[in-house]
Amino acid sequence: MPKLTVNGIEVEVPAGATVLQACEAVGVEIPRFCYHERLSIAGNCRMCLVEMEKSPKPIASCAMPAADGMVIRTNTPMVEKARKGVMEFLLINHPLDCPICDQGGECDLQDQAMAYGYDRGRFQENKRAVPEKEFGPLIKTYMNRCIHCTRCIRFITEVAGVPELGATGRGENMEVGTYVEKALSSELSGNIIDLCPVGALTSKPYAFVARPWELRKTETIDVLDAVGSNIRVDSRGNQVMRVLPRTNDDINEEWLSDKSRFAYDGLMRQRLDRPYVRGADGRLRPASWQEAFAAIAARVKGVPGDRVAAIVGNLADCEAMLALKDLMAALGSPNIDCRQDGAKLDASVRASYLFNTTIAGIELADACLLIGTNPRWEAPIINARLRKRWLAGGFRIGVIGPQTNLTYRTEYLGAGPQTLRELIDGTLGFADVLRQAARPMLIVGQGALARPDGAAVLALARKAAEQFGMIKDDWNGFNVLHTAAARVGGLDLGLVPGPGGRDVLGILDGAARGDIDVVYLLGADEIDTGRLGKAFVIYQGHHGDAGAHRADVILPGAAYTEKNATYVNTEGRPQLARAAVFPPGEAREDWKIIRALSEVIGNRLPYDSIKQLRDRMTAVNPVFARPNVIQPAAWAPFGGEGPVEPTPFRSPITNFYMTDPISRASATMAKCTDTFLTPRAEKTGTHE
Amino acid sequence: MTVSTHDENQPATFAFTPENLKRAEQIIAKYPPGRQASAVLPLLDLAQRQNGNWLSRAAMDYVAALLDMPPIRVYEVATFYTMFNLQPVGRYFLQICTTTPCWLRGSDEVVRACERKLGIRMGETTPDGKFTMREVECLGACVNAPVVQINDDYYEDLDGESMEKLLDALARGERPAPGSVIGRQGSAPVGGPTTLTEIGAVTGSGDE
Repeated sequence: MPKLTVNGIEVEVPAGATVLQACEAVGVEIPRFCYHERLSIAGNCRMCLVEMEKSPKPIASCAMPAADGMVIRTNTPMVEKARKGVMEFLLINHPLDCPICDQGGECDLQDQAMAYGYDRGRFQENKRAVPEKEFGPLIKTYMNRCIHCTRCIRFITEVAGVPELGATGRGENMEVGTYVEKALSSELSGNIIDLCPVGALTSKPYAFVARPWELRKTETIDVLDAVGSNIRVDSRGNQVMRVLPRTNDDINEEWLSDKSRFAYDGLMRQRLDRPYVRGADGRLRPASWQEAFAAIAARVKGVPGDRVAAIVGNLADCEAMLALKDLMAALGSPNIDCRQDGAKLDASVRASYLFNTTIAGIELADACLLIGTNPRWEAPIINARLRKRWLAGGFRIGVIGPQTNLTYRTEYLGAGPQTLRELIDGTLGFADVLRQAARPMLIVGQGALARPDGAAVLALARKAAEQFGMIKDDWNGFNVLHTAAARVGGLDLGLVPGPGGRDVLGILDGAARGDIDVVYLLGADEIDTGRLGKAFVIYQGHHGDAGAHRADVILPGAAYTEKNATYVNTEGRPQLARAAVFPPGEAREDWKIIRALSEVIGNRLPYDSIKQLRDRMTAVNPVFARPNVIQPAAWAPFGGEGPVEPTPFRSPITNFYMTDPISRASATMAKCTDTFLTPRAEKTGTHE
Repeated sequence: MTVSTHDENQPATFAFTPENLKRAEQIIAKYPPGRQASAVLPLLDLAQRQNGNWLSRAAMDYVAALLDMPPIRVYEVATFYTMFNLQPVGRYFLQICTTTPCWLRGSDEVVRACERKLGIRMGETTPDGKFTMREVECLGACVNAPVVQINDDYYEDLDGESMEKLLDALARGERPAPGSVIGRQGSAPVGGPTTLTEIGAVTGSGDE
């Protein structure tokens, strides 16, 4: 614990801390460009120069380890002169184009030039010109502005694990780029836009769209995967202009996946902005809310409860799910399911469907087993955490299931459930790795559970967790990685078939055979709508996707940026999303639609405000009482018996960029699909 | 100083010859296991020599694969060092020093002689692909300025006339003796050694 003096204030910092961190500890601000607390130290911008006693020259505080007895000064003429000098050099080749630069107003260089720079330049010669780079459909480059801080290079290499960026050339001719023109094939590439302290890397979809001071900023939660990344939605008028990550060290640190960041343009396309009712001619026609409700009431009346069913989609919020559950109960229907992919998850034991280790807890683990999951696509943020842990060393990762490049070294064990059984039987070498680990963990993906033998696979995974010492008093290494933001909330609220009720497959079978007359789809688009048969389909959701095409009545709901709602992430952490904009047209918040409908069909739900509904949520499951807090789940037996099939596990995600109605409607995500996932020969459309 | 960027016409593949692969393995073996990336400079040099004195992208990718490095890390190294040519160069690669000592001793005349004789300017290659000339910074042979490096050989004490003779000899396919073209012994005074004369004459041009 070195003790040093900063501007006359004595401070003690942890061993290994830098002078810059010591200065921050006493509240002294040090300007910097290249230094970033989540990246390795580069020490190349020189903006953080400070004066150190007995040193003839100023030192780069970001790269100097704090040592005992150091005397640091940051407010002397020498430091001021050093900063001014560095700033003048940085600006030598920086264009004076702030008025047309997208970074303007939120630019580190702009701010620090104001605070620490000269008010004029003395450089009379020509500035250098650097050709633009092509980084793909997400990142716009303007390389003249680059000050070579190398943050983007370090992020892509260290955090994203896709070493494609580098600094080529030298001196005056140094350029940041890929050298060979190629799009950055990382699911986290958008973060280099945030990291760039100048306007060299900006968002392509957001280019020339808005200025930061025009935007209304709403702190909310992302729902395009089950991670629950904390985001800030910037809106102008009633339009979402961009999505940025918020720092939350327990979840996403300060990163955000490209889908969550860039799919927002899907919120403006293919929206359901008014109710529709299918007429006698089989065509959907616009209707008023009253007409839509009346059509539903007329059809539902007299239908026995067991002939009514509800399926909940991946983006549904907890409030709407509970309202739907209560409505189904009022109608006497036990047929309700929130697992539209057919995952054999067990709602009765909370620990059986949570990411119990927690995302931050990954950093404490010392061995990992991935079962039927591709975290790089299912949850890029969690994959980055796994990579972070792997980089720290002493972390072996075994893979059962799809063999993909996860950006860290893995040991491939096998493709299907039989490998998991062999592992439990101890015939695989990796069993020793798990057995010897102090804190082993496993991650079960939906690809292992959404299959006919899913319950047996889940039981095998439980057995593995118990056998390899993953379940201890202070450690739970059993993790289920969800891909749907609604799933954990749905299971917490008990949106699973009641006694004698049908699950998703049962509902579809029943509808196909004519045993189910009415199906209520709450944003359920990823089901086989062709099997809904002659059933009367009510679709409540925000996009004209698969479910709406089949629907007989469409009730326009709100997307995640348009409602105050609760989502529970894969760790079991309830978080509150806040409305940034209003739903378009006549669309309404989802729980209000169900509440209004319940009154029309004569089963009025007993809540009139979101407060009352949330009280009801807490009554159903006390985890909802404390947002942002994970309540550890108790371990208990779960899973089903039965044989497992030798079919290989497959990740449920075949296209990272399009997994839900919002990203499917997004033009940016379509461009990404085209750039990153479409084979070149198909893309050109020419044949040799 | 010009830093060459990559060329448009890139060969599709590159692989070491069996002899070079053996040498590459010997070079890699000098470094501890897991630190094989340290061999990137000698391997790039080897690749450049095999590839007609320039590095194609395929050659850099090949070295990257051989050393288990991301290709961009190899591109960074190859573009940093000016002695790696990223574009094809002529059979005789003339690197003409124009830094102050050479310039004071008449490097302008040497440059003009090359331009006159070859009909090309700095950074260009003759149409027959025989000569490429490039301006370089100090080659570290200022005592015998002006100096021109042709492939691996230094030619020193040049002027316009001797440069033209040199180019003629190269065009004829000869390999003139490297070193001082005025017969100076090493970096000794032009008129011959003035000290240690009693030791006896040392034969040979001395710097090979």
